[in-house]
Amino acid sequence: MELVVFSLLNGVLYGLLLFMLSSGLTLIFSMMGVLNFAHASLFMLGAYLAYQIGRYTGFWPGLVLAPLIVGLLGAAIERWGLRTVHRFGHVAELLFTFGLALLIEEVVQLIWGRAPVPYTVPSSLDFAAFTLFGTTYPAYKVFMVLISIGMFGLLGLVLTKTRIGLIIQAALTHPDMVAALGHNVPRVFMLVFGVGSALAGLAGVIGGFALVTSPTMARTLGPIVFVVIVVGGLGSLTGAFVASLLIGIVQTFAVAIDFSLIDLLARFGVTVTRADTFYDLWRIKLAQLAPVLPYFMLVLMLIMRPRGLMGTRET
Amino acid sequence: MTASALELQAVHKSFGATAIIRGVDMSVGRGERHALIGPNGAGKSTLFHLITGRFPLSSGAVRLNGEDVTGLAPFEIYRRKLARSFQITNIFPRMSVYENLRCAVLWSLGHGYSFLRLIDRMPDVNERAQAVLERIGLAARRDVPAGLLAYAEQRALEIGLAIAGEPEIILLDEPTAGMSHSETEHAVELIRRVSEGRTLLIVEHDMAVVFGLADRISVLVYGEIIASDAPEKIRANRAVQEAYLGTVPA
Amino acid sequence: MSEVALKTRAARTRAPVWLRAAVPWALAVLIILALPQLMTTSFGRTLLIEMGIAIVFAVAYNMLLGETGMLSFGHAIYFGLGGYAAVHVLRFIAAGLLLPVALLPLVGGLGGLVFGLLFGYLSTRRAGTAFAMITLGLMELVVALALIFDHLFGGEEGISGNRTSGPELFGITFGSQLHVYYLVAVWMLVSLALMRAFTRTPVGRLCNAVRDNPERVQFLGYDPSRIRLIAFAGSSFFAGVAGGLFAVNYELMAINSLGAERSALVLLMAYIGGIGSFLGPILGAVLVTFLQVALSDYTQAWLLYLGLFFVLVTLFAPNGLIGLVLMHGPIARAGLLHRLAAAYALALVPALLLAAGLIALVEINYRLAIRPELGPAMKLFGVAFDAKSATAWIVSFLLVGAGLLGLRAVAPRVAARWGETLEVARA
Ligand SMILES: Nc1ncnc2c1ncn2[C@@H]1O[C@H](COP(=O)(O)OP(=O)(O)O)[C@@H](O)[C@H]1O
Ligand SMILES: [Mg+2]
Repeated sequence: MELVVFSLLNGVLYGLLLFMLSSGLTLIFSMMGVLNFAHASLFMLGAYLAYQIGRYTGFWPGLVLAPLIVGLLGAAIERWGLRTVHRFGHVAELLFTFGLALLIEEVVQLIWGRAPVPYTVPSSLDFAAFTLFGTTYPAYKVFMVLISIGMFGLLGLVLTKTRIGLIIQAALTHPDMVAALGHNVPRVFMLVFGVGSALAGLAGVIGGFALVTSPTMARTLGPIVFVVIVVGGLGSLTGAFVASLLIGIVQTFAVAIDFSLIDLLARFGVTVTRADTFYDLWRIKLAQLAPVLPYFMLVLMLIMRPRGLMGTRET
Repeated sequence: MTASALELQAVHKSFGATAIIRGVDMSVGRGERHALIGPNGAGKSTLFHLITGRFPLSSGAVRLNGEDVTGLAPFEIYRRKLARSFQITNIFPRMSVYENLRCAVLWSLGHGYSFLRLIDRMPDVNERAQAVLERIGLAARRDVPAGLLAYAEQRALEIGLAIAGEPEIILLDEPTAGMSHSETEHAVELIRRVSEGRTLLIVEHDMAVVFGLADRISVLVYGEIIASDAPEKIRANRAVQEAYLGTVPA
Repeated sequence: MSEVALKTRAARTRAPVWLRAAVPWALAVLIILALPQLMTTSFGRTLLIEMGIAIVFAVAYNMLLGETGMLSFGHAIYFGLGGYAAVHVLRFIAAGLLLPVALLPLVGGLGGLVFGLLFGYLSTRRAGTAFAMITLGLMELVVALALIFDHLFGGEEGISGNRTSGPELFGITFGSQLHVYYLVAVWMLVSLALMRAFTRTPVGRLCNAVRDNPERVQFLGYDPSRIRLIAFAGSSFFAGVAGGLFAVNYELMAINSLGAERSALVLLMAYIGGIGSFLGPILGAVLVTFLQVALSDYTQAWLLYLGLFFVLVTLFAPNGLIGLVLMHGPIARAGLLHRLAAAYALALVPALLLAAGLIALVEINYRLAIRPELGPAMKLFGVAFDAKSATAWIVSFLLVGAGLLGLRAVAPRVAARWGETLEVARA
């Protein structure tokens, strides 16, 4: 029971983190038709910047400054990069952001080195928020949940209550119509890209202390986020939300369950030895499989519903 | 009773809440040249998309030579010898005109998904593509990337792609739109020739073309066929005149 | 004129066409025969072998990206799984299986083909961005599974074999590096010829059609996802051939050979060279392999330079390096290249300044962040300096700034000159 509750809590937390990334990605994709391959790299930059700023000022200013800087960087990438590549088509755009992802990873190594940096929970958040079944739940995780929910609330408000939000919403349902709306489309694009990037940066700030802040974090998390949006259905925010939580929870549960087919067979009195042909298969623990599960879900989804959970768009 | 070449039965199509095609029954006889006319936004192109499998129907049925083809993919419908052109030019821009046409003749010559023979060594493919090339008057532009053609030339290629496979039923969506007077005459001549002995369904705005070409005319207004008859009867039809032909001198 | 005379004349006028097609291949054979005579060191020949393997892989990759418009982020799995198939068969050969080692690349190809069909069946149902993301996911899946099944994949150390263990055939034992070189050369030529021929089959042309306008293909009787699947399978086959060659050359396959890095590298090779022509990926493979081998000796940062170069190509040369070369075709044919020389020389100055500044910044940072144990004293472009000194940083930034400003100033002039010259050439 304890295991279930805590896994669920952690799963939701991980899912929210995934959604912070996949929502920005989806927004950008729906508006501009570009899948920003460097999105996870911006997430990583958020974590590193928060760490760096935090060394001078403490955690709290970094919480605001880091996403801001990442957002500005995103806007600059749109203004001086994507806008140029746009005329060469979507493949070129995707490749450009792919190149950026490579570059950012290298630059991060260049500045902060190859080893992880000690980006840790600030002392002001380093206490137990509550105790359940005799186990404590750390405050910073509660804080992460609050921040992400707060972010979604704010995003929802912007989307439904402001003019620019309405334009973006229109673009989500009728992607071809943005240009026809007569708004300054390049500016809207720059803004959306900047805000999407800032969201990734914010996710990085709070994700950084739950994960390990190292140059490979983008490479590890990136593919999972892309799987989330394909499983959810490319271009669908709701789909991304459901898929984020699904993958977050499933993966967290798998990690928590230390169980293999050998154990299962043992229950029925069958013992397997190393000599057995399929020993590799039997001895796999579910926890070991956890990193693979999102990709299994991708394969399953492709077999059963190639468009994804809530996908409507073909490409 | 012999089945008509193409038959629509209570065809409906809605995009979201808006009904665009609202119960179309229509039949095109074998060997008939049939024109579909109607004001802009009436749903003519949408109807073409429904017939050719580009959009799924909301309800109703489409039959080709008596066979129900509702819900089939576009390529499956094409294989039943129905080919079409598009109102908005829909070609292969980076490939040469000749390659465009070679791709368009492959299936009908039975080459399927062949990757063990060189296309240059397929005399039937090359002869047919060359013949179509000459027919649509683009022989001099054979090796030009299709995307670089002038507008009227692209329209000609668009027709070429539709007729290259020698289908039994040809659907042309505003083939002459945007053409000059002489280009239109040229195109109509071409359409007349290639539709010889075949079934033709054509959407056209130029009434001179329509009345000169068609054996039968159907009028689509707001997603409904309000009349389907011989040209002279259509000309005399009051409802049609009110809804649509009012602007055209009888 | 008699009919016979007419026919022979027709034959005579056709002969040059046939010849013209054969000339590049003859040239390629000559180069392949000459190269090992020019590069006699083991290092040089290793480089040549690696280039040959990379060429096969990059051209195979371009069957997808350039020919069919499919962007794969995980194509190394077919290279790697093909290589693993080859290395396992090599171990069977050592155990007595009667198969010439020279046929191992075919084993690799079949391995690539099997997995290409399997994963292609899943991924080619989608196109465009979704397809690209799926290839990424499948690659992660394969890598993760490979790590779990270390009986088959040998974990980080990999699985090794011995290429000299096979039956001796015509005195070829693969004990010498030169044998491996010729093996790679033959397989490369055969693969290139086959891939070239594939583009000229009906399906090859339909691949281009699917790239240009997948929807329209449906209205010509073809299922675009079927065509994508065929292209995918073919590409995976030749990727597997490259993997098989790799296995013979290194006698070792490890998990890094099917992961993200190699997948990214082949994408970079093809795109930097130019995906719009058959020669592009070949050029890219040669260049990137050379940089990889040559630069990685001098600097730790070669991936950074490569990434930067790639981003520049996506920004300014969407047709790759070969595109830049071909762009000069009309001008060269008109014999006007010299008219561009001055303008290019002018642009070269700020470009070099910029490059020097960037390189200085990168190298200084690498020294400080990654190799601090070497101390701050370093040498670059023959200049010795202290990496921690303010001067080094200021000079670097000044170089970058001057380069950027200079490029901005001369770019319009170069472009204008280019336009003029092209106009003259056309006239
Ligand atoms: N994919 C679509 N989604 C929503 N509405 C559409 C779509 N395609 C067409 N329509 C609408 O259907 C109506 C009929 O369009 P169309 O068939 O192109 O008319 P026509 O060819 O007769 O001019 C138009 O009002 C158009 O806006
Ligand atoms: Mg229309």
